[in-house]
Amino acid sequence: MALTPDDVAKLAELARLSIDSNHVESTTQSVSSILHLVDQLKQVDTKDVSALAHPLDITQRLRADEVSELNQRDEFQKIAPEVENGLYLVPRVVE
Amino acid sequence: MEWETVIGLEIHVQLKTQSKIFSGAAVDFGQEPNTNACAVDLALPGTLPVLNKAVIEMAVQFGLALNAEIGYRSVFERKNYFYPDLPKGYQTTQLDEPIVGQAKVKIELEDGSEKTIRLHHAHLEEDAGKSLHEDFAGKSGIDLNRAGTALIEIVSEPDMRSAEEAVAFLKKIHSIVTYLGISDGEMSQGSMRCDANVSVRPLGQEEYGTRAEIKNINSFRFVERAIGVEVERQIDLITDGGTVVQETRLYDSDKNETRPMRSKEVANDYRYFPCPDLLPVELEESYVQSLKESLPELPDAKKKRFCSDYGLSSYDAGLLTQERPVADYFEEVATECKDAKLAANWINGELSAQLNKEDLEISNSPLVAKTLGQLITRVVDGTISGKQAKQLFETLWTEGGEVNQTIEAEGLKQVSDSGAIEELVNQVIAENPQQVENFRSAPEEKQKKMFGFFVGQVMKLSQGQANPAEVNKILKVKL
Repeated sequence: MALTPDDVAKLAELARLSIDSNHVESTTQSVSSILHLVDQLKQVDTKDVSALAHPLDITQRLRADEVSELNQRDEFQKIAPEVENGLYLVPRVVE
Repeated sequence: MEWETVIGLEIHVQLKTQSKIFSGAAVDFGQEPNTNACAVDLALPGTLPVLNKAVIEMAVQFGLALNAEIGYRSVFERKNYFYPDLPKGYQTTQLDEPIVGQAKVKIELEDGSEKTIRLHHAHLEEDAGKSLHEDFAGKSGIDLNRAGTALIEIVSEPDMRSAEEAVAFLKKIHSIVTYLGISDGEMSQGSMRCDANVSVRPLGQEEYGTRAEIKNINSFRFVERAIGVEVERQIDLITDGGTVVQETRLYDSDKNETRPMRSKEVANDYRYFPCPDLLPVELEESYVQSLKESLPELPDAKKKRFCSDYGLSSYDAGLLTQERPVADYFEEVATECKDAKLAANWINGELSAQLNKEDLEISNSPLVAKTLGQLITRVVDGTISGKQAKQLFETLWTEGGEVNQTIEAEGLKQVSDSGAIEELVNQVIAENPQQVENFRSAPEEKQKKMFGFFVGQVMKLSQGQANPAEVNKILKVKL
């Protein structure tokens, strides 16, 4: 499966990446070559193989429902670009 | 043209855990912003999720309560989108292999009819934080206390055909999660939220119309209203020659309207993939079995028992078992007064009217179950009349106090002493010779009507304290 430069532009938008127009062509080629690799993998007969959600053959460990993290807001907010009244401030987003 | 409404619901229920689904930060509504948001919730680099055992337990209990298929193996996925209250850039959720599979949920409608609504599945996921858009001069403020709170999302099939059915389904889910104690189900605080997929089609048409998804519905009443106005909007639109577009709409309860969400997310492409940080969850048969054995009595079973053990009507039992605290209250009152039918009448009538009027939950009722039980006992043993009981109820409601003392203090005892009543009857007969004359000469069927006059006079004379049954008995002899 080969991508078009438009596909790459859309992917970039979804991933919030800005790709220089000079690089669209080369990015298209490199992403396409990854997909090409996937196409090759697809040729393997996997009829009797169930889908794998994780490469390790172990299952999830669970933790007890206990509060182990105490309030460290002041520490965390020291490295935030902007805070007010305990809130993290970000460029305005409106639904 | 006749239209048919088609509704499917997506219900998000916050699970009542101590800590978050993937971190050890506290889950606690109403705290100072960001004081319950730890490094994992903030998605600081290098942090990894560790799954909370209680969350799995609660989800399985929910599935078992609905007799649903249980996902013995379930997988967490990443749903990718950008929004500042989702610091990781993806929501950890489930897609193809959820923890709870299909089920059939029985709902009961007001006319007593029943209907089965199919559950598509229910999956686990994490809640996002909150964005505040006012008061920050061109900025948005982010509070991540809620980020990472465990949610179970319950997805129905589009099986509901009216707003009433949708509300009944939502109430059923509410009742099950609160019976299980896995959520407090407070819609006003957002611990239970509901999105409705609504479409209309000409009655008899096979295929579904285009649906709109209504978000932001935060009470049972609003579910009914939001669906109502959306159905009206769609029918008007189609009748005027327009077409419904598939979109997300917000319900505005102040204006009672739905309007499209202004969303910058053009392409709804979430690019789901299995979360590499979390392994598949596998459940042992014995684990599921032990949870099954420890399930509490659920609303349907309790309702059945209330009908058979207490001889209640299906309607009364239904009202009493919808919420567990009400059911518990009833059982305490019934045990105290030993008259289940009267207990049900008082709780579904006087008590629930007062609670509604003052917007109180039964757990905050000024009259505790024991007190109401004692009050009813005094009605049953004839100490006070039904009318006096209501008066006593009001006094106890507003001023508190003990039943027997209040009866004494307010002089509420009904007079059952036949000697005293006989005196009153004699007095009434003496004071109303004309009426007595008319009564005695009237034919029997007319006498029945006229009899009430004398009962009324005696009751009035006794200032409402005479036992009406006694008055009737003595009057019949004397007249």
